[in-house]
Amino acid sequence: MEKYIGKSVYKGISIGKIKILKKEVHNVERRHVEDIASEKKRFEEARQKATLQLKELYEKAVKEVGETSAAIFDIHQMMLEDMDYLDSIDNMIESQNINAEYAVAVTGDNFSSIFAAMDDEYMRERAVDVKDVSERLINILVNFNSQEFVLEEPTIIVADELTPSETVQLDKNKVVAFVTVHGSINSHTAILARMMSIPALVNTQMDLKYEWNGLLAVVDGNTGEFILEPTNEKLEEATVQVEKELEQKVLLEELKGKESITLDGTKVKIFSNIGSLSDIGNVLKNDAEGIGLFRSEFIYLGSDSYPTEEEQFQIYKKAAEIMGGKQVVIRTLDIGADKQVDYFNLDKEENPAMGYRAIRICLDRKEIFITQLRALFRASSFGNIAIMFPMIISVEEVDEIKSIVVKVKEELKSQGVKIGKVELGIMIETPAAVMISDLLAQKVDFFSIGTNDLTQYTLAIDRQNQKLDNIYNPHHQAVLRMIELVVQNAHKNGIWVGICGELGADLELTEQFLRIGIDELSVAPVFVLKLREKVRVLNLKDSKE
Amino acid sequence: MKKFEYIITEPVGIHARPAGMLVKAASVYKSSIMIEKDGKTADVKRLMALMALGVKCDEKATFTIEGTDEDIAVVELEAFCKENL
Repeated sequence: MEKYIGKSVYKGISIGKIKILKKEVHNVERRHVEDIASEKKRFEEARQKATLQLKELYEKAVKEVGETSAAIFDIHQMMLEDMDYLDSIDNMIESQNINAEYAVAVTGDNFSSIFAAMDDEYMRERAVDVKDVSERLINILVNFNSQEFVLEEPTIIVADELTPSETVQLDKNKVVAFVTVHGSINSHTAILARMMSIPALVNTQMDLKYEWNGLLAVVDGNTGEFILEPTNEKLEEATVQVEKELEQKVLLEELKGKESITLDGTKVKIFSNIGSLSDIGNVLKNDAEGIGLFRSEFIYLGSDSYPTEEEQFQIYKKAAEIMGGKQVVIRTLDIGADKQVDYFNLDKEENPAMGYRAIRICLDRKEIFITQLRALFRASSFGNIAIMFPMIISVEEVDEIKSIVVKVKEELKSQGVKIGKVELGIMIETPAAVMISDLLAQKVDFFSIGTNDLTQYTLAIDRQNQKLDNIYNPHHQAVLRMIELVVQNAHKNGIWVGICGELGADLELTEQFLRIGIDELSVAPVFVLKLREKVRVLNLKDSKE
Repeated sequence: MKKFEYIITEPVGIHARPAGMLVKAASVYKSSIMIEKDGKTADVKRLMALMALGVKCDEKATFTIEGTDEDIAVVELEAFCKENL
C-alpha cells in the first residue's frame, strides 16, 4: 500500500484500476528549410486539418458534457486564427528558415509561458490550452497519430496534467476518478470532475510511474488520499463508503424539483446563502428555492475603493436576473473592525463584535448607505429582490432606515427609474431585537434570524476564543427559546421569519424549527438537498417525543 | 475616435469563453478596437492578447474604437458588454 495526498476538487470516493496518461514527448527537431513558401503551405494545411479536428471534438463534447464545457474547443479554434500566434510562426519560418513544427513548438512555449506567469489562477490554466493547440498542430505536422485506448473497467485516470483534448476523448462511462500531479481547482480536470460528479485530486505530490498501470487504487475526495494497492481492510472500508454514497446520490438527485414539504403537508422554503455572483451556479445546481442571504459586504471586501452605484447595480441586477422570479434577499453592508476594509478607515477596536459595524456605520455615514440602496432599488425591477438590514437593536433604527428608503425611492422615481416590489426585512441577531420583536414586526415585512451572532451575544461567548469551545453549546435552551419567541411575534403580526445562520442547516433541529413555525431556512448550497430530504420524512402530526 | 468604460461583472473575468465571444463581436467591425486596463492595452480582435491582459471581475476596462464604423460599433459593443461581460 502506497499513499499520496492531493488537493481534492470534488468529494466522494472511488475504487478502480489505474490508467496512466503520459504525454508522448516529441522531440521536435529543428531543420533548415530552403523552400519557405512550401513550408508555409504545409503549415496552413496542418492548421486547416487541426480546425476540422476541433470542430469534431466540439460536437462530441456538446453531446457529452454540454455546450458550456464544450466551448473550450471553440476557443481552441479561435486560437488557431489568432494573428499574434500565426504571425509569430510565419515570421520564424521566414526569417530563420526553419521547419513549421519547430516554429509552432517555440511559439507555443512562448505564449503558454505568458499565461503561466499571470497572477490569476484561472488565466494560468490557459497555458494548458495553448500547449494543447500547439501539440495538435505538431502531431499533424509530424504525422503522429495519438493512440486511442479502450477502457474496459472502472478506471482512475492518473496524469501529470490533462488537456481538454485528452479529457474529451475519455470514455466517461468508465472513468471513476482523476488524479493529477499539477493543476488547480480551476483546471480542466477539476471542471470535468465536477461536471461528472466524480472524485478528483489535483496538485498531488508524487512521481508518476508507468508500473502503476493496471494497479487497483482508491481515490478519496473527502480526505484527499490516493491509495495504491490498498489493504483488504482499507478496500472493504472504501467499498462500504462507495455504496453509501451511491445510495445517497440517487436519493438526493431524486429530490431535485420536489417540494420541501413534510408528510403532514407543512411547507418550508429552503433558500441558500451566497457571498458573490459566482456562488449562484451552486444555488441553482442544488435546486435552492431562492437566496436567503446575499452577503453584500464581499463586494466591498473585494474592492480597493468604495464600489460605485453602477458597479453594485450590475451585480444585484445579474443576481436577480439569474434567479428568475425567485426571491433574492440581499443584506446591506455588514462590515466592522473584524471585517476590515482599508478605504473605510475604521479605527482598531477593543471589541469589534460589539463595535462600530454594519447598520451603525450605514446610519452614520449615510452616503455609503444611500449608494447601496440606490443600486438595490434600481436592480429591483429585474427580478424579485428583498433587502435586509443587519445588527438592529431598536425601533428608532428601523424608523430611520425606512425614512431613508422612502427618500431614495422618491428620488429614483423622479429620475424615471422603474422600481419593483421590494420586501424590507431585518436580521434578528441581538438579544435586544429578540426582546422587542413584537414592536419590530409591526415595521417590516420579514425577519431573518442570524443564529451565529445571536448565540455569541446571548451566551456571552466569543466564537473566536478556542478556550471556550467546550462550553459553547449551539443548542442552548436560551437561544432556542429566543427563536421561538421571535417566530411567535412575527406570526402575530403576519410576517414571515427565516433562519440564515449555521443552525439552519442543523438536521437535529429541523423538526423543532418546523414545529415552532419557521417559514424559511437559508443554508449553504451543498446542504439544500440534505435538508429537503430531512423535511420530507418528518411528520409534525406525530406526537412529540 | 470613440471611447467607453465598462466594469466587468462576469465572475471569472474576461477568460476563455467571454474573451472568445468578445473577439467575435468585435471582429464584425472595420474599426480598430483597443481595450485598456491599468495602462496596458490589447487589440480586442486578438484573442491571446486579450486573454493575456487578464481583466478580472469588478475591474474597469476602457474601450477605444477608431474607424469608419466607430459610431455604430461603440453603441453595439457597449450593449454587448452589458449583456455578456
